[in-house]
Amino acid sequence: MSVAKPLPHDAAPLHVTGEARYVDDIPTPANCLHLAFGLSTIAHGTLTGMDLAAVRAAPGVVKVLTADDLPAANDVSPSVHDEPLLCTGEVHYMGQPLFAVIATSHLAARKAARLGELRYTERPALLTIDDALTANSRFEEGPREYACGDLATGFAAAETTVEGSIEIGGQEHFYLEGQAALALPQEGGDMLVHSSTQHPTEIQHKVAEALGVTMNAVRVETRRMGGGFGGKESQGNALACICAVAARLTARPCKMRYDRDDDMVITGKRHDFRITYRAGVDGEGRLMAVDFTQYARCGWAQDLSLPVADRAMLHADNAYYMPNVRIVSHRLRTHTQSATAFRGFGGPQGIVGIERVMDHLAAATGMDALRLRQKNFYASGGDISGALRGAEEEDVQLAASPEGEDLASRGAAGTVAPGTVPDAPKAPAAAQLTPYGQPVTDAVITELVASLAETAGYPARRAAVAAWNGANPVLKKGLALTPVKFGISFTLTHLNQAGALVHVYQDGSIHMNHGGTEMGQGLFQKVAQVAASRFGVPMARVKITATDTAKVPNTSATAASSGSDLNGMAVAAACDELKARIGAFLAEARQARPDEVRFEDDHVHVGGAVIPWGEVVAEAYLGRVSLSATGYYKTPDISWDRIKGEGRPFFYFAYGAALTEVVVDTLTGENRMLRTDILHDAGASLNPAIDIGQIEGGFIQGAGWLTTEELVWDDAGRLTTHAPSTYKIPACADRPDIFNVALWPNSNPEATIYRSKAVGEPPLMLGVSTFLALSDACAACGPGYPALEAPATPEHILAAIKRART
Amino acid sequence: MNITFLLNGETVELRNVAPTTTLLDWLRETRALTGTKEGCNEGDCGACTVMTRAPSGPWAAQNACILLLPHLHGRELRTVEGLAPLEGGLHPVQEAMIAHHGSQCGFCTPGFIASMAAAHAEGAEDLDDRLAGNLCRCTGYAPIIRAARAAAAQPVPAHLKNSPPITAPPQAEIPESGDELAAWYAAHPEATLIAGATDVGLWITKRLMELNEVAFLHRCADLAGVTVTDDEIRIGATTTIAAVRKAIAPHHPGFGELLRRYGSEQVRAAATIGGNIANGSPIGDSPPPLIALGATLHLRKGDTRRSLPLEDFFIAYGKQDRAPGEFVEAITLPRQPDTLRCYKLSKRFDQDISAVCGAFNITLAEGRVASARIAFGGMAGTPARAKSTEAALTGQPWCEDTISAATTALTSDYAPMDDMRASAAYRMECAQNMLRRCFFESQGTATNVLEVQP
Repeated sequence: MSVAKPLPHDAAPLHVTGEARYVDDIPTPANCLHLAFGLSTIAHGTLTGMDLAAVRAAPGVVKVLTADDLPAANDVSPSVHDEPLLCTGEVHYMGQPLFAVIATSHLAARKAARLGELRYTERPALLTIDDALTANSRFEEGPREYACGDLATGFAAAETTVEGSIEIGGQEHFYLEGQAALALPQEGGDMLVHSSTQHPTEIQHKVAEALGVTMNAVRVETRRMGGGFGGKESQGNALACICAVAARLTARPCKMRYDRDDDMVITGKRHDFRITYRAGVDGEGRLMAVDFTQYARCGWAQDLSLPVADRAMLHADNAYYMPNVRIVSHRLRTHTQSATAFRGFGGPQGIVGIERVMDHLAAATGMDALRLRQKNFYASGGDISGALRGAEEEDVQLAASPEGEDLASRGAAGTVAPGTVPDAPKAPAAAQLTPYGQPVTDAVITELVASLAETAGYPARRAAVAAWNGANPVLKKGLALTPVKFGISFTLTHLNQAGALVHVYQDGSIHMNHGGTEMGQGLFQKVAQVAASRFGVPMARVKITATDTAKVPNTSATAASSGSDLNGMAVAAACDELKARIGAFLAEARQARPDEVRFEDDHVHVGGAVIPWGEVVAEAYLGRVSLSATGYYKTPDISWDRIKGEGRPFFYFAYGAALTEVVVDTLTGENRMLRTDILHDAGASLNPAIDIGQIEGGFIQGAGWLTTEELVWDDAGRLTTHAPSTYKIPACADRPDIFNVALWPNSNPEATIYRSKAVGEPPLMLGVSTFLALSDACAACGPGYPALEAPATPEHILAAIKRART
Repeated sequence: MNITFLLNGETVELRNVAPTTTLLDWLRETRALTGTKEGCNEGDCGACTVMTRAPSGPWAAQNACILLLPHLHGRELRTVEGLAPLEGGLHPVQEAMIAHHGSQCGFCTPGFIASMAAAHAEGAEDLDDRLAGNLCRCTGYAPIIRAARAAAAQPVPAHLKNSPPITAPPQAEIPESGDELAAWYAAHPEATLIAGATDVGLWITKRLMELNEVAFLHRCADLAGVTVTDDEIRIGATTTIAAVRKAIAPHHPGFGELLRRYGSEQVRAAATIGGNIANGSPIGDSPPPLIALGATLHLRKGDTRRSLPLEDFFIAYGKQDRAPGEFVEAITLPRQPDTLRCYKLSKRFDQDISAVCGAFNITLAEGRVASARIAFGGMAGTPARAKSTEAALTGQPWCEDTISAATTALTSDYAPMDDMRASAAYRMECAQNMLRRCFFESQGTATNVLEVQP
């Protein structure tokens, strides 16, 4: 079977030759026009006038649009219609689009966009969490609260209590391909839009609104993105809408791509958070009570901030059972970019909060931080057999090998036969509940962490680090092992659905589409592997083409790590439908039983006959069998009341852990990672190579968020880190010298596609180990708790070292 | 200007090109060679990396977004589309990137391929340095390095070895010598001189400036190169940082190591020492070590030459002692035993602009400080010497008390500022601690996280 094989990314040969096409690479008709936004230069106030004469007169300018020129809706919000495409008077942040220039070239549009003479009545801007709290500026009427147990009882039982606060910076997505859209007017007022988006249906919906047409008049196509990371879930709306409007008004193709600086200034980023905490453990180190208050800086518009903040609350427990807990969440409105989805979607901030607490409690109790964590893991309930196999090292070698050994026996073997979907396992009566009441029945974290600690040599290295620190007065090493438990499913339950369209052509080639988008995560390849496995044909027979709202409608964003889970199942359903039709036809023709027809090795076995796939397809076509089918999937057994904080928001959890060792220079705070060992649960991996790629990349992205990636706004609300010269994502040499990544040989207890698990977001939170290893190195400098802030820039590390020394 | 170069093996002759046209825009918009990507348009992400060389010379990775068409005059260019051998198949780094899962979203990949192919052609083993100028947001780099290592043993494809000849007719605005430049610049004193364009390129792509008169310096052969005599090291103004690094490292390894972290492979291949000085940036990384080494700057205007201590060239923020029509011709350093220590502080080790760059040239004799020349970047509006600190050290015993006194003196040398890279207080504290680091290092105490092994 094709699933479980470590095949390269399907587009890799196109990537390496430059053939892979992104939106800006699509050949355009000669009369194509190019757009740029004119941006606000203040953070808050009223626009009292715009003199755009110089803009209109600039070379190459064809037309300039303001809000008054828009033909229909002026809104690009993905939630509550609070985000005008072009400013209607109120300026909400510095960088807000005020007007749009349509010109004959990208450069001409950019040049002209700077020539607007803007007049404002400026008002004080709320820029920080404190500003917003003082002004009671927030989304939703007040803070949300999820709680269970009784805090007073918990704290009364606690022997050691800690209290503190942590600032957690935001994060720029820095997808290498900036936002881009191309609108091509069609006959009868229809519009074709190419968009670099994770959410073609959202683009279709917003473009239809902007044009004042129904959704069937807009077709959106997305072949691939040059990275998304959540930054293209809603942030592409503005470009697609303005291009469509401009194309309508000029009757010419219109394209827009943000220059990098514009992209960083205009679009939203990961929410920065402040989390305050009070937590207590008993004499054994067991969590008795945890009280969190999370403050999320959401920026000026609501965008996706509510579910982001919800997910931060839903991950405040990470992998730990908390009998008495309260999580309060404030969603604060400020005059800054509207914070948006970013890989992990609030989960990472929630996890940093509880991992800080565990670190602080370890310092306060004198317990080894890993020991303290292990005392509090959710009780095991998943497939923990892998822990006995100790085969992680082998997994790495296999996954790194290009020869493509069949790994099925290691991951998929022993799983439920394709096509059978058993009932969800019932929660054992004793299953521990999360703070939001979901029983944790699939935990493997105890065994996974024990395995990692053993293979990576935690106890010996803990002692070695202490000895090394004793011998080094200036440099200090630090070590931290942190777990991840991440909930899989959209918390908005209805989004957990997907569709697919599969055609089998008369020559036996297979063409498929599904609702997911390709942003580098290898979704297309994984889903193609599913299809090839379903039909029992080689991968070469299967082609997946651009995501297209005309082929698969009403898609959910490719987000929440859901891509493979949802679309893999939808494709499998379509394939199974076709197999059933073909099987019934062949069985009838050969007097065999349909349920005995087998599709394997590029042949179909029916009765005693073994017929090549190509012949089968031709025969079915001649026999007038429909060779095109749709497939559909909805995640079972989930429901969620986000206001009450009750239900089962997640179908299952994905687990992982990382052990990272760092070294810090106590003179300047400079630091680097020396070694990282990761063991991660991708279930029965659909493609171990792609999954390991997600883990390696996610870890580095998470480590970058918590170390070098610092967003800085000045007092006027200007983002001063708006380009790679000032905003520093990890570079090549920033990866650890030793970087071991292995898959936990697990199988999802839930009936996901071939028992795999989602792997897009969870590994990002493995980067928390880097942050806490740095904290550990700071703690080696003195008796105090370092209370390191994130990101742990050299400057923040030096400040933490000083706290440790006092 | 009229420009002639080789594009993927074929001669391209362009007539009347606007001299500030970037190679990237030309490739993508005029030639429809869209394999080369725009990621940042400021030479920081490497998505636009291409390979260039003088005919049959060593290949260099370059950022096409801030490389201007005249830079290519007389050179050979290969883009990602021109790497696969004509007879079929792929370049070894392309094969390896597929096999080792080195691409995910693929957008940075063409730039990586170009950097990797350039490194491969030169047999490079310092892969982390070679790829420091290529950002990838997906992979975490590990599979890319695996691919680069795997490809290393494969032969360089024939089409990347010898070049066909290129005839590049002379152009007034692309002078071929210092004399030609001097004459042209004297006649056009308001013109902008463009060497590597790693700074001027951003005036064009980010500030969207219109540059009326420009001249390109990269073909002034006699202005480039490093000459070492018994008395001095002379560095021509248009010597690239890559060439300076190679030449200076044997004499002053700390300076060489600092230049390893200057920009990126692509930037070092374009940027020149003269440009780094002439633009007067307070955060350029070459002035502090040059000042600490007692460098003399040589300026020329027409046929008039003058020399001055480098530190005197920097008058104030944005103001240098350079007259219209006058240009940097060379830097000279007195030969001396190496006692230079250089410390570059930034959020990220590679390809990051310094928050503070300190250079310490302290000589000891019989346990005392015989001489001290100390210069910093990032601590004032210009690169500047720490004269009070030098005075507090000179003649004193080399011990912790002296260092402590000198760190106090440092606060009277500088009043640094807050910005997105660092706060003023942190800058000052680290500048002081850099002096402490000098002392620790002299005592054999480990202070460099880059040297710690796991």
